[in-house]
Amino acid sequence: MRLLVVEDDREAAAYLRKALRESGHICEIAYDGEEGLALALDGEFDVFVIDRMLPKRDGLSLVSEVRKRGVRTPVLILSALGQVDDRVTGLRAGGDDYLSKPYSFSELLARIEALARRIAPQAADTVYKVGDLELDRLAHRVTRSGQEIPLQPREFRLLEYLLRHAGQVVTRTMLLENVWDYHFDPQTNVIDVHVSRLRSKIDKGFDRPLLHTVRGAGYMVRDGAR
Amino acid sequence: MTALAKLFRTTAFKIVAAYLLIFALFAAGVVFYLARHTQQLVVSQITETVDLEVRNLTEQYGIGGIGRLVDVIERRTAQPGSNLYLVTAYSGDALAGNIVDIPVSVLQNEGWSEITYRHPEAGNAAKESRALARVTFLSGGFRLLVGRDFEERDRLRQILAQPARWAVVLIVVMGVAGGIFVARRVLKRIDSMTATNERIMAGDLTGRLAVTGSGDEFDRLANSLNAMLERIEALMSGLKQVSDNIAHDLKTPLTRLHNRSEEALRSAKSEGDYRAALESTIEESDGLIRTFDALLMIARAEAGEARHGMTDFDANDVAKSVVELYEPLAEEKGLHLAADIEGPLPVHGSRELVGQALANLIDNAIKYGAAGRPGGKSEIRVATHRENGSALLTVADHGCGIAAGDRGRAVERFVRLEPSRSRPGVGLGLSLASAVARLHGGELRLEDNSPGLRVTLALPAQRSEGA
Repeated sequence: MRLLVVEDDREAAAYLRKALRESGHICEIAYDGEEGLALALDGEFDVFVIDRMLPKRDGLSLVSEVRKRGVRTPVLILSALGQVDDRVTGLRAGGDDYLSKPYSFSELLARIEALARRIAPQAADTVYKVGDLELDRLAHRVTRSGQEIPLQPREFRLLEYLLRHAGQVVTRTMLLENVWDYHFDPQTNVIDVHVSRLRSKIDKGFDRPLLHTVRGAGYMVRDGAR
Repeated sequence: MTALAKLFRTTAFKIVAAYLLIFALFAAGVVFYLARHTQQLVVSQITETVDLEVRNLTEQYGIGGIGRLVDVIERRTAQPGSNLYLVTAYSGDALAGNIVDIPVSVLQNEGWSEITYRHPEAGNAAKESRALARVTFLSGGFRLLVGRDFEERDRLRQILAQPARWAVVLIVVMGVAGGIFVARRVLKRIDSMTATNERIMAGDLTGRLAVTGSGDEFDRLANSLNAMLERIEALMSGLKQVSDNIAHDLKTPLTRLHNRSEEALRSAKSEGDYRAALESTIEESDGLIRTFDALLMIARAEAGEARHGMTDFDANDVAKSVVELYEPLAEEKGLHLAADIEGPLPVHGSRELVGQALANLIDNAIKYGAAGRPGGKSEIRVATHRENGSALLTVADHGCGIAAGDRGRAVERFVRLEPSRSRPGVGLGLSLASAVARLHGGELRLEDNSPGLRVTLALPAQRSEGA
């Protein structure tokens, strides 16, 4: 993926470039809002990662300007302001996701990949399929090897989100945000318990596990062993 | 000089000066109006007298001719303070009268005119006087002038003008003196307030403005400022306590972080050892970040900043989803999370913050709510209902509870009643819930569930539609 990172802190920017390269992404960096705008309007990028507080042109104004010029590239806003209303203003300005600093790199990477996938056409599919696991979004039915698995409504939405991002790491906060619509930090491992319940329903009794735990990052649904 | 300049710049003085100006203008208007009216009165009196005299003299002339007229006039002029008279022949020679040296043109026409004249007995040195006179042509070419001196009018004017002048001087002097007096009084109060303020600004938050007890506007101002200072002092001391607690509670994990890193540097042998040390470092710092986030959230909830983001939402939806979020966790810990939630419960506020507050309460109940005694119930009951315009969200457990005396302290930041601090958490859960309750204009109640603890998040309810 080609990524544009607009971040004025040079050390943070250098760290991001290195870490993103190691994860197989190409990364361009702009150090202020104006430079970021010029690059965003010029280049072909898959995702913009924009810091909220930037010199010359503030991050939110950069995002709304980019949107005004008709650029639809997904935007991830990074900010030291992580409160509820900050997040709302960030998304309202045209951002697609909001991550508050300090963040772990695995969280950032998972969100970037989820954003890139968001515009992929398979998001509109009515049936998600990984291995022999099938989820029919219209009929609200989950089957594995043709055998129906009854799920609670919330478990269904959890699995739906995991399957939509099949092959990608999905973090605990992403699950809490997208499945429960809460943005707070749950402090305890509530999400883990939900995932292990789901896992016991879809993986138990089958020889190939599909729902994997990615250590230090989150979860991933994938066909085949790691 | 500067003190005087300061005095003149005071609002009180300016108000007094403005009033003084308005009052002086008004007084001048009244005096002017009065003077004009009296003058008109005097003039009309003069004309009346003169008219009467002219009629009288014309009659005398008609009865006894010029001889009689001259006689009468001579008799009249002999009396002191008499009118002015002059009778001339056709040739212009004066036959009788008590004035000389009047312009010839005056006698040329009949009717009223203002004249200047001299009294004949005073000779040429006599000063000129002014009078109002009426000239009448008599048959036989004689001309009769009857007039009256303006002396009376002028005296009246003087009578009025002198005191008016004094009055103006007096008004100005008293006004300025009054202004200075009032301004000084006000200035004194303001100066004392300013002095107190400066002392408070210098850091002495215990200072209060003096209240005289007269109930005037300064007292009201002082009272409201004192109330503000009271609040600021309370906030500051709260802040101080919090920063003490923060210093204490953050120092512990930071020291641990430091020691572990040092330990790893010193004694780690393999890559695995370093990895383990780094992983625990990250874990520890994540905990610190979490603590900071929670603190920031509380601070912002207390500052009322989250108010812009408020919407109408159903508290029961929030309760249901949070219960559903925690239900598997409770079960894993051997607790039963029961919900008593029915119908809509509309509330205006931040869904996110209410959700987090409730999550904290349930999280606490899961941590501390295991049956206090063997054989006790291990149930956590989450119930919502509406009561007297409040939406009540209650989390009740059957755990060890909180002693009545400790309940007030329990909502303070970083307070963890369990002295060993062996269980996870940083002691911000109840503070956040309490801050969220206050942000919404509600409150957090801690009650005995005998046994256990019942925490109620009370929020002002919206009027429900047919619930």
